Amino acid sequence: MMESLAVSLVNAVPALSGVPLWTMTLLVMVVVAAVVLTFALLYAGLATYVERKVAGDIQARIGPNRVGPLGLLQFLADGIKLLLKEDIIPAKADRFLFALAPYLVFIGSFAAFVVVPFGVGLIASDLNIGVYYVMAISSLVVVGVMLAGWSSNNKWALLGGMRAAAQIVSYEVPVGMALLPAVLIAGSLSLQDIVRSQGGLLGIFGWNLFHNPFTFVSFFLYYTAALAETNRTPFDIPEAESELVSGYHVEYSGIRFAFFFLAEYGDMFVVSALATACFLGGWHVPFLDAEALPVAWGNLFSLGVFLAKALGLVLLMMWIRWTLPRLRVDQLMRMSWKYLVPITFFNLLGVSLWLLVFHGKGIPRMIASLFG
Amino acid sequence: MLADFATVLVFIVLGAVTVALMLGISRLLRPRNPTPVKLSTYECGEVPFGSSWVQFNIRFYVVALIFLIFDVEVALLYPWAVIFRRLGLLAFVEAFIFIVILLAGLAYLWKEGDLEWVRTVQETPPPKEGK
Repeated sequence: MMESLAVSLVNAVPALSGVPLWTMTLLVMVVVAAVVLTFALLYAGLATYVERKVAGDIQARIGPNRVGPLGLLQFLADGIKLLLKEDIIPAKADRFLFALAPYLVFIGSFAAFVVVPFGVGLIASDLNIGVYYVMAISSLVVVGVMLAGWSSNNKWALLGGMRAAAQIVSYEVPVGMALLPAVLIAGSLSLQDIVRSQGGLLGIFGWNLFHNPFTFVSFFLYYTAALAETNRTPFDIPEAESELVSGYHVEYSGIRFAFFFLAEYGDMFVVSALATACFLGGWHVPFLDAEALPVAWGNLFSLGVFLAKALGLVLLMMWIRWTLPRLRVDQLMRMSWKYLVPITFFNLLGVSLWLLVFHGKGIPRMIASLFG
Repeated sequence: MLADFATVLVFIVLGAVTVALMLGISRLLRPRNPTPVKLSTYECGEVPFGSSWVQFNIRFYVVALIFLIFDVEVALLYPWAVIFRRLGLLAFVEAFIFIVILLAGLAYLWKEGDLEWVRTVQETPPPKEGK
């Protein structure tokens, strides 16, 4: 895809024809990555603002309202403040690992954006192992979190890091299993293929969410497990303010802390984007085929639809955070191993049996075929 | 095909460069006046004692072991899911047997109490009344 973009760019601008193709391709890749990075940072900034506004509304206060109109520039002020803060590395910490941890966490979160299908043609790289890739690359975050917790040489940080690792690891199994129904239906791991498999004339009933009762359940299973994967309340045991101060990043200050923060919001978006692509039809919207529109309009329109759905799910995460209390650590582990894991396994068998018995047809399509 | 993964590499490099760049900018701007107290480990204002690299709960290892088994299973089920609709009944039966064996393992762990975070300890009987 990148190569064809580079070729069309060379064709459009004759002055570039002397440049070798691989250089152009690389240049296009860097530009695309920079655009996605800008989006990720801007989104993370605005998400912190929205989170605080939502918290304010739920707790009957105003929230940030001083910097800029309605406090909208609060995230810029926060960013500059974090940039200017002194960077403290505790004397007892393992300096190399302490410095390495933010890199791993940030890269693990940012690299997952590669396969997010923002629109009809808007995907940095449509890897043929898309879903699998996200699962793999986001495991880097666990390594970073554990390193951060251990290298700080702080009891709170160590406990938080260990808890985070145990939790993320425990919920990775249900997350992986709950995404499988979408893969089963599409017969592909590529996220664009999965989104395309949910199109058609059925409108919202073409989405995997309504395909059959098992996929309906697996969306909620996925969303619950994903909340735990991103360490969000009610599963924010690793950061439990009231017992662990703030968990694995307690010794981090200034801009190093900011990377953990950015990574958490990045993860939230990736998780919501996966849920959107796998269960909520991605950039599909009823009665309008974005692929049939002219390329530019189709992309713009599908980008809007996709962002609306994904950011809606992010907003839901924030709503949940400020509504539900935190689970205890033993409840958390019980939830994963005793409930989510067995349920997702039976659910997977259910979906595959359904596909086998009804030849891959979902309930909406069967109803539609009744009426011709 | 390989170009697709080159994009991944570009993303990883750009991510690392971003972190390094922002740390560099911050280094130019931020103050730097460390004191021994400031660099001491944070323990809610108490004077910290000892190293934190201590033994921790054995449960974490058990969780890691269970995870290892199940994650390998998930990894094996992904390729199965991709070609499931082409293979049909055979694939279903195979996955069914595979999953049932693992669920039997889970049931065993459950029965043995390895899934409990806090294992109930046999309480020592209270000392007898009297002399």
